[in-house]
Amino acid sequence: MRRLEPLRFATVGSVDDGKSTLIGRLLHDSKSIFEDQLEHVEAVSKKRGNDYVDLALLTDGLRAEREQGITIDVAYRYFSTPRRSFIIADCPGHIQYTRNMVTGASTVDLATVLIDARHGVVEQTRRHSLLVSLLGVPHLVIAVNKMDLVDYSEERFEEIREQFTEFAQKLELRDVTFIPISAFAGDNVVDRSANMNWYEGSTFLNHLESVYVASDDNLIDVRFPVQYVIRPHTNEHQDYRGYAGVPAAGTIKPGDDVIVLPSGLESTIAGIDNFDSLAAGVDTLDHARPGEAVTIRLADNLDVSRGDMICRPHNRPQVTQDLEAMICWMDSEADLTPRTIYTMKHTTRTVRAMVTDLRYRLDINTMHRDEEATSLTLNEIGRVVLRATEPVFVDDYRRNRQTGSFILIDESTNQTVAGGMIRLTNT
Amino acid sequence: MSTMTSTTLSPLESEAVTIFREVAAEFERPVLLFSGGKDSVVMLHLARRAFAPARIPFPIMHVDTGHNFDELIEFRDRTVEEFGVELVVASVQDSIDAGRIKDVSGPRSSRNQLQTVTLLDAITANGFDAVFGGGRRDEERARAKERIYSHRDEFGQWDPKNQRPELWDLYNSRHRRGEHLRIFPLSNWTELDVWEFLRAREVPLPPLYFAHKRQVFSRDGMLMAVNEHVEMLEGEEPFEATVRFRTIGDTTCTAAVESAAFSIDDIVAETSVARITERGATRADDRVSEAGMEDRKRKGYF
Repeated sequence: MRRLEPLRFATVGSVDDGKSTLIGRLLHDSKSIFEDQLEHVEAVSKKRGNDYVDLALLTDGLRAEREQGITIDVAYRYFSTPRRSFIIADCPGHIQYTRNMVTGASTVDLATVLIDARHGVVEQTRRHSLLVSLLGVPHLVIAVNKMDLVDYSEERFEEIREQFTEFAQKLELRDVTFIPISAFAGDNVVDRSANMNWYEGSTFLNHLESVYVASDDNLIDVRFPVQYVIRPHTNEHQDYRGYAGVPAAGTIKPGDDVIVLPSGLESTIAGIDNFDSLAAGVDTLDHARPGEAVTIRLADNLDVSRGDMICRPHNRPQVTQDLEAMICWMDSEADLTPRTIYTMKHTTRTVRAMVTDLRYRLDINTMHRDEEATSLTLNEIGRVVLRATEPVFVDDYRRNRQTGSFILIDESTNQTVAGGMIRLTNT
Repeated sequence: MSTMTSTTLSPLESEAVTIFREVAAEFERPVLLFSGGKDSVVMLHLARRAFAPARIPFPIMHVDTGHNFDELIEFRDRTVEEFGVELVVASVQDSIDAGRIKDVSGPRSSRNQLQTVTLLDAITANGFDAVFGGGRRDEERARAKERIYSHRDEFGQWDPKNQRPELWDLYNSRHRRGEHLRIFPLSNWTELDVWEFLRAREVPLPPLYFAHKRQVFSRDGMLMAVNEHVEMLEGEEPFEATVRFRTIGDTTCTAAVESAAFSIDDIVAETSVARITERGATRADDRVSEAGMEDRKRKGYF
């Protein structure tokens, strides 16, 4: 298949900072727009009496979005260059659609926060950067956009860089790159700008093509949440019993000693299968890495089912019913109130859980921790203590995005009401 | 001990396989929509890859407009036999005979939109709670917005303005009785990814996808196949051309493109440099309005 791992990235930032335009520009200048799509966008722009082709129409696909000229929900776009293929999540900027932004940003390797060069860092810049930090997105690009409207001023760019850097001290951002661009005029998006000779870094596309993401996988802590038990019940495979899933972390090899949680029973990996290895008739795959869907066989006949966790005996996740987490509240109908019981999905395990304490609500602008808060409303972020009905097998989210994350589901409306990032330390 | 290196699985394939397993684990009665088109063929192969060495643990369903290409039905039946899966056929003609819908007539008529009622009736009648579709986000702008688990209310309707948040790979399968979820494991695939999978896995396809000589006529800038279900208008003349189909719906709304791609390698090469999207080139049904697909999807279409 493709030579390079696709890069998943999100564009976030305040409304009208030009996220959809940036993507339109990226697709247009990298020649990834199909003729019929461009014709369509041109025709609609003209019909509306616009002076120029509105590239944002390429991603704003819903009727309501096109009517209002805003992005309501994440749009996914795909393009490739000879060096890499890309999956873009174009996230909405409006505060009321923050949960959709979180949806888009939760799975990406890189996030681009757009800042309007005229306005500098605004509330949504802070909110989205905080969410990107909480979601543990490994790479961040601060694209200072609309440079054409500030005369391509280096001074203005540096001012914004300082503004952001000062605010970001309170966040946990690992890799931050600043790029001055004009999505509208095309400066430094795909082609190097002739208007900003003072800027010596990469263009936006160049940066995307070269950012290295393979090192972001946690290859040390073996974590294999059992997703599905495969028992063929056919004459050919009468005794086959395999545990299907994806390693959330670590590299698994045949012969590895393992322990199954919660039972605590030990065994060794007898083999690792996928369709191709079974079809080829080999005994096992030589290893399985994070992200690879496989089926594991154990040497001993143990009672293992969906929701169990296979790991190494000397490197286990925490087994606990009591958790602390940062959560983002996403329900528009009801607030988070302590003592309500929710369904909790964590890896492949589903339990019930209750928030026993709201430690504080985080003020997005000041990063102030409001310990007097008694509830969280739509799009608010807070630190909570949870009690689960059964043990879950967790790591700190900052160490493992899979075993450190969960969602809460309202049991009466079936809505996904919160996303949580587990904290095992007091930070 | 004989071993093999597991570098053959692409991230997209792993993602899709994981979604198939998750649905099989959490839903009572999933079904896979199978038209015989290339995306549904990829889906069927991925489902087999997800559960091997066991059989696919759910049936497949074909929504049959009665206006099919013969090659497609032959291919469908052959595939069903090879995979040993249960096939449910939901027939638009049956829905018409039962008075659930009125047939359409005239040279420009298509049963494409009628499929929605047949599909929803079949979902209800069979008690399906998860319906796998081969839709991809790169196909069309409304699809670009859709979740991998896409909730449908008891009327089968999609509410694009109020989609559930979908974080990480933690999918919310909960729904009330009578509601269902549409599941899209190929959400993040592009047309080229599909063809590269078909090539890498040496998957057989209906012959319609490869260049062949066929009687066609030109309509709205598209090449429609001459067939018993489509009446030609005045001024439309049949002629022979070497064509292939990039998408296959029923004969009334799918157009062919001129092509000299006789093998999968040719198609991959052609797709890599294509300047027009597959639906833009070939689907009369998307040309209805600016939001044609969104409007159909809201009502429960695929």
